[in-house]
Amino acid sequence: MGQPGTGAARSAPGHPAESGRAGTPVVALRGVEKSFGAVRALRGVSLELFPGEVHALLGENGAGKSTLIKTLAGVHRPDSGAFLIDGRQRRLSGPAEARDAGIAVIYQEPTLFGELSIAENVFMGRQPLRSGRRIDTAAMRARTAALFDRLGVRLDPDRPASGLSIADQQLVEIAKALSFDARVLIMDEPTAALSDAEVRRLFRVVRALREQGAAVLFVSHRLDEVLSLCQRATVLRDGEHVWAGDLAGHTPDDLVRLMVGRELSALFPKQDVTPGEVVLSVRRLTREGVFVDVSLDVRAGEIVALSGLVGAGRSEVARAVFGIDRPDAGEVWVAGQRLRPGSPTAAMAAGVGFVPEDRRQQGLVMDASIERNAALASLGRLGPLGLVRRRAERRLAQDWAVKLRLKFARLTDPVGVLSGGNQQKVVLAKWLARAPRVLIVDEPTRGIDVGTKAEVHRLLSELAGQGVAVLMISSELPEVLGMADRVLVMHEGRLVAELDRAEATEERVALAAAGRLGVGG
Amino acid sequence: MSGLTVESDVDQASAGQRPARRGAAARRLVDRVGRVRELGILVALVVVVAVTAVANPAFVSPQSLRDLLLNASIIALLAVGQTLVVVTRNVDLSVGSVLGLAAFLTAQTFAANPGLPLLPGLLLGVLIGLACGALNGLVVAAGQVPSLVVTLGTLYVFRGLDFTLARGRQVNAADLPDALLSLGSGRLLGIPNLVLITLVVIAAGALYLRAYRSGRELYAIGSNPDAAVLAGIPVGRRVFVAFTVSGAVAGLAGALWMARYGTVDAAAGTGLELQVVSAVVVGGVVISGGSGTVAGAALGALLLGTITSCLVVLRIPAFWQQAITGALLLAAITVDRLVALRLAAALRRSSRAGRRDEGG
Amino acid sequence: MADRIRAVLRWETALVVLLVAVAVVGSVRTDGTFLSGGNLFYLGLDIAEIALIALPLTLVIAAAEIDLSVASVLGLSSALIGWLWTAGWPLETILPVVVLVGAACGALNGLLVTRLGLPSLAVTIGTMALFRGLALVVLGDTAVADFPASYTQFGTTPVPGTNLPYPILLFAVLAVVFAVLLHASSFGRAVFAVGANEEAARFSGVRVKRTKLVLFVLTGAVAALAGIVYTFRFSSARADNGTGLELAVVAAVLLGGVSIFGGRGTLGGVVAGVLLLGSLRNLLILDDVSTEVLTVVTGLLLLVSVLVPAVGRRLGRRVDNSRLGRRVDNSRLGRRAGRRAATSAAGPP
Repeated sequence: MGQPGTGAARSAPGHPAESGRAGTPVVALRGVEKSFGAVRALRGVSLELFPGEVHALLGENGAGKSTLIKTLAGVHRPDSGAFLIDGRQRRLSGPAEARDAGIAVIYQEPTLFGELSIAENVFMGRQPLRSGRRIDTAAMRARTAALFDRLGVRLDPDRPASGLSIADQQLVEIAKALSFDARVLIMDEPTAALSDAEVRRLFRVVRALREQGAAVLFVSHRLDEVLSLCQRATVLRDGEHVWAGDLAGHTPDDLVRLMVGRELSALFPKQDVTPGEVVLSVRRLTREGVFVDVSLDVRAGEIVALSGLVGAGRSEVARAVFGIDRPDAGEVWVAGQRLRPGSPTAAMAAGVGFVPEDRRQQGLVMDASIERNAALASLGRLGPLGLVRRRAERRLAQDWAVKLRLKFARLTDPVGVLSGGNQQKVVLAKWLARAPRVLIVDEPTRGIDVGTKAEVHRLLSELAGQGVAVLMISSELPEVLGMADRVLVMHEGRLVAELDRAEATEERVALAAAGRLGVGG
Repeated sequence: MSGLTVESDVDQASAGQRPARRGAAARRLVDRVGRVRELGILVALVVVVAVTAVANPAFVSPQSLRDLLLNASIIALLAVGQTLVVVTRNVDLSVGSVLGLAAFLTAQTFAANPGLPLLPGLLLGVLIGLACGALNGLVVAAGQVPSLVVTLGTLYVFRGLDFTLARGRQVNAADLPDALLSLGSGRLLGIPNLVLITLVVIAAGALYLRAYRSGRELYAIGSNPDAAVLAGIPVGRRVFVAFTVSGAVAGLAGALWMARYGTVDAAAGTGLELQVVSAVVVGGVVISGGSGTVAGAALGALLLGTITSCLVVLRIPAFWQQAITGALLLAAITVDRLVALRLAAALRRSSRAGRRDEGG
Repeated sequence: MADRIRAVLRWETALVVLLVAVAVVGSVRTDGTFLSGGNLFYLGLDIAEIALIALPLTLVIAAAEIDLSVASVLGLSSALIGWLWTAGWPLETILPVVVLVGAACGALNGLLVTRLGLPSLAVTIGTMALFRGLALVVLGDTAVADFPASYTQFGTTPVPGTNLPYPILLFAVLAVVFAVLLHASSFGRAVFAVGANEEAARFSGVRVKRTKLVLFVLTGAVAALAGIVYTFRFSSARADNGTGLELAVVAAVLLGGVSIFGGRGTLGGVVAGVLLLGSLRNLLILDDVSTEVLTVVTGLLLLVSVLVPAVGRRLGRRVDNSRLGRRVDNSRLGRRAGRRAATSAAGPP
């Protein structure tokens, strides 16, 4: 995804890759299989981690990276295949045993105890003791402070963990890993929500750990980061092991090809449409501490992309526009009509639809059936007097299932049995059934397969062709560049750049997202 | 990996120091909230006592104050056990019934065996409570069923069992050994025995929750159950133990109840669970788990007990007591919630500002 | 997932089978007395308040909330009837006022839950004490019993030409209303969506807060209605009327197959659960079992009705740490309510 220019902007040049990998890997997986019900999450995956290397784990969303990490963490047990630690086969009974074997995992959103102090978070379950098996609070505090000294950061061991930034939470997790002399450190997209300075600090820590002989498994979508930090990589696609080897001499494009198994041009580009009137108009929208002074217009037939790093406030703007969160200041207008703030009902009545970022938690009621989900936003239209005619509900779901080429067994099946792509189609059906004027889509193709991805792109393009105003949030630059008529870039809660289709390049968007490009390009 | 150090540079200082400064501010905020709670209870206690004393100065006589502590001690005892359960994001509604069952069975055993020494008899009460608590804990931990429903069920099961075994009989003071009754009414250094026992249990509970690994793990479980699993904490076992301890403490409370009142029938302790939960919540133990102290819970019990006594002194009909208990519980959770919302809003506002300071 | 739907179907089938079994065993053991018109009349009366309150509570639990204050609202309503009657009010005025007060009690619960975001468990434990306490304040420990026979007869005589008690007639009518509300209206769809995933419901434009508020108000009003039934049935208004009834109501709803975690359940199942509970109680009464044993049995039924699905969930899944992994997924992805997170079972990642 990233170009060399982006890499230079984010971090220092990488260490040269080290070869000569003698000896036994500290952790190895050989031909590991793991299924959940009918879904085969891992199909014969192998991975070797050697002391003193930073190893990248690459793959698209849904490729099986999370399952692999949780297998290493002792959360999942492989159905078959070998799990070796120091060359000896092991069968971990749980996370505690993985920890005792020296494996530490830092999840994307760190798992801390908000009410407890940082020192307690670092030493939970392993607090230093004094006489009478009582916890030695002073020693715990001192050792935590010493760990932070080693990491070169200053955090107060006594403050509660709640309210820490994600970056600081990660440091607490790293301190935890150091506290039990972890030899293997697994980091799941640690940089997704970090600022540049925070990324640099993290990389410094990771490199130091590597020099101390630790093995680090680094999961990231930012290939420039991967190339600068990691020596070797393992690539997964659809749960299968695709490639493993030295990263030296590889470019981001090579890696993308390995990950997706196709050329980038397979993405569906948007057709040109002459934009009509302004349909969605956001004026100086502010939610304190989240985003400030955001103004934007989306015209009929236009796809406007909202780009930026995770945590820049893009999704939060979308939530406020749709009325999920109440903004502190500013206005939202749809077709010349001002929306009541904080009311999804008002937004929907004005013709706004919203495909949220988190499909499983926000987009769908996973336990409910396909038809119930598809009809959930259209309840008032399925019968008189607030009643729901079952036949009308079924017909709505049936119609859209056909139109969107949904793959399903029965409409009464829980939506949770569908694949990610088909689930996303149900979310889209839910909103398209209302014939929206404005459609906000937040990461519309996250975690769905390549074929469905192209279908979603084609659909969005068609909708724009029919005069729908589309506001699209996406972290995938190719998607942004391929689909958008205009690209708005957010950085740290502010709109920092507006680029039209001709101006928008990966480099410019990435620079703006990093806060290095002025407004207007 | 010992001896790891990371060179510091300018960038690191900017990234590292600010969180520390903000951290201090956040900690002060949280500290203040914690202190406000305990201070608030104390102020409320003083106000209630003062108002009552104005109406009737005898209310602050040593004897009256002793009675105040004595009346609150059973609830305070139960509140200790309940705190252990509530910090794990559970609740034990069966404590009143466990107390009743333990009180009646212990009293009956004493009445049937006049020669029974004191200690084994009291221990029997503890064991009965422990068994009841273990049953609760087993169903909650192994069945992964909400504790509310489980203990609501066992509230009635234990009480029904109590009534079935009692068959309308009651044990009177005349049937109980004198040593037992003097334990219930006696004093040591001017302090009622029951109050001393309660203080010991409070101290033990406070020490356990503050200074022992498994005690801290109870907070971790209530604070973030998923993270607790990932941290390797045996969540099921800890929750089981919390319920078992709550049961055992309720059993002890039952035995002491018998010693104090002398007359025990199957209805002993009916409805106490409401007062206990109220005391715990008023005392600052957060109903959604993860924070709160035994001392706060005990103070909450003292406040509720004092209010009850004041109603008597101020000649307000006792009928008001239950309504006031309920209103206080609602007020406590409402205030907690409002404070938490304020705190969250403050943190939200400060976090982005801090991030901007750090960024490029 | 599909087998979970089948499990729910099985649950309701099992209820009906159990009900038939109880009826057969009952009539054999009692030489046919159990199924006699007279006994069925008493069975119906005995279960009337539980059955009435179970209807709105089904919706509350389906929306992943709980209301433990129902029995106290019943008591408050009974106490108010006694107090206002003693004060000389006509019953035609008292009854609507009492139902309104019940609705107001429900509104208090609902507002605390929706406006402040407090857990309904804590709120309704508090209001359980508050409402019962207010009942005591209103009426003390006295009883009012001098109600006109024209009202009390509704609690003692059957509907002419049948063995149907009037309260059961009321229940039948309300059951149809609530069944339509839950299963064939947009409100019912919203209730299930809120119960299964509140956040997704909100993101689909469901007015979550209003839905919950309406549910609590309905529950309060019906609980007050049950208080009226109780008062006239026993011809006695007392502040402690119906103490502990919340247990039986929650037991009936859960026995009826409504998931304590919300999102699943049917009104038909709850009606079957109520009938089963009533039949068991009736049989025990015919067997001259004491009310204490009844309490034990009700408590055990409650435990069984939450334990059986829990065991089913365990068996239904592989005994594997994978569940744990999915739980972690859920909490990381979403801010799912704590009590759902503990046992929720979303699909594979």
